[in-house]
Amino acid sequence: MVCVLSSIIAIPLFSIVWKVVSKGYKQISLEFFTQNIPNSWEASLALKSGNIIPGGIAPGITGSLFMVAIASLMAIPLGITIGVYLCENPNNKYASIVRFISDLLQGVPSIVIGLITYSWVVTTLKSYSALAASVALTIMMLPMIIRSTEETLKMLPNSLKESALALGASRIKTTYYVIIPSAFSGIFTGILLSVSRVIGETAPLLLTSLGSSSINWNIFSPTSSIPTLIWDFYNDPNLLNMVWSSSLILLTIVFVLNYIAKTVSQSRNN
Amino acid sequence: MEIKNNIIMSLKDLSVSYTEGIYAVKDVTADLLDKNITAIMGPSGCGKSTLLRAINRMHELYSNIKVTGEINLKNNNVLKMNPMSVRKMAGMVFQRPNPFPTMSIADNVMAGYKLNGIRKSKSEREEIIKNSLTDVGLWNEVKDSLNKKGSFLSGGQQQRLCIARAIALKPEILLLDEPTSALDPIATSKIEDLLLELKKQFAIIIVTHNMSQAARISDSSMFMYLGELIEYDNTKKMFTNPSNKKTEEYLTGNFG
Repeated sequence: MVCVLSSIIAIPLFSIVWKVVSKGYKQISLEFFTQNIPNSWEASLALKSGNIIPGGIAPGITGSLFMVAIASLMAIPLGITIGVYLCENPNNKYASIVRFISDLLQGVPSIVIGLITYSWVVTTLKSYSALAASVALTIMMLPMIIRSTEETLKMLPNSLKESALALGASRIKTTYYVIIPSAFSGIFTGILLSVSRVIGETAPLLLTSLGSSSINWNIFSPTSSIPTLIWDFYNDPNLLNMVWSSSLILLTIVFVLNYIAKTVSQSRNN
Repeated sequence: MEIKNNIIMSLKDLSVSYTEGIYAVKDVTADLLDKNITAIMGPSGCGKSTLLRAINRMHELYSNIKVTGEINLKNNNVLKMNPMSVRKMAGMVFQRPNPFPTMSIADNVMAGYKLNGIRKSKSEREEIIKNSLTDVGLWNEVKDSLNKKGSFLSGGQQQRLCIARAIALKPEILLLDEPTSALDPIATSKIEDLLLELKKQFAIIIVTHNMSQAARISDSSMFMYLGELIEYDNTKKMFTNPSNKKTEEYLTGNFG
């Protein structure tokens, strides 16, 4: 009975994967990764003649990677630093406030984070931009990186830190050369999971990076991303087929990231 | 006890307290000799490890600990020095072998230099690694696997690597906190032989639960009880003819 009930968890997953793969695979080709987004008119012609829709989602793939990379550049050093601080000061009052805020931040709906970033960055720079989206993604990545860093560091034996300090090392060098490398796989897993979480985020991106019909590498310009493209395609009946193929790409990226995270954390446990 | 001229460290009225008025170590006064092994014995909670940690100021890692008195190491007032310089002068080896897991055997030996930002040329580096590992009797066992991780070694080898890591920095004194309590008898006897060799170069202070170990390797012994130094004497003298009744009770197993 329990066995049957627990197999229920597999039903939505398999149906998602089946639907996305079966409807999306036809569109996937090299052009899909390298070409610009098709316009509605070309798509409707292709649909009428029974061909696949020409064009691809290159601006979305590059945009997603670009914005997540900038967000990671901000979130990883900051998150690890805060995580180390929290672990070093477990009973400090200020540290417990920071820990509490980080936990609260994890629960804030992404649309609210998008709205706040809009009011901070978009209104200040007077433009939608990749930078604004990266700020929103950074805020979403931080709690997970902070938590995973703190939890991994807590599991390290205290003697490791003590033996580095006993050699005359400063606290900073101990953390940099001994503690963080020893906790690397745990921290790395946390980073990958946080990336796989934000790469599928749509709501904050709609409010911050908006979208772009061509590839953009300027952090001050509007930028496309895979999730916002899916939303655009969904709103255009001619481009509906593109929804499935874009979802397939996004799903693959998320699965691969999760798989790597799991492998890395398992290798640590062994 | 017969006082010789080769005193390397003097403790004067050294007290350590965790909370106001409660002492883990109380008014310890003693002169420790160079090129000698001094064993610190006593029942659990008597302040042995606390005393050892006060010497290289490891106690400062935890707040609320107060140290009064004087520690003089080669004419340096340890309690007034920069703790990082003190720790370079007083190498420490812990109860459990703990080579740095992400570093190779060679990097573990050189860890003290790396962590202190001291650069060494390639030939100096190779010399330090070879000498330190030879001193701990590990060179022949690991010379072909210097780039392997230190955590692949056996427990006894790991502990010898930790001793190599501590002596690579050429400290004045070596502090060992129950270094063999996590090891099997064969590994223990290897470490004991090693300490007898190392005392030709360094002053060694070893905290031990194992009375026969203290009798086997130490030149002088301290017996501590409830934070106080009850007796400090030549090991042979203390084991054959202790001057304090408490020491006698402890050594004969009639304690408590």
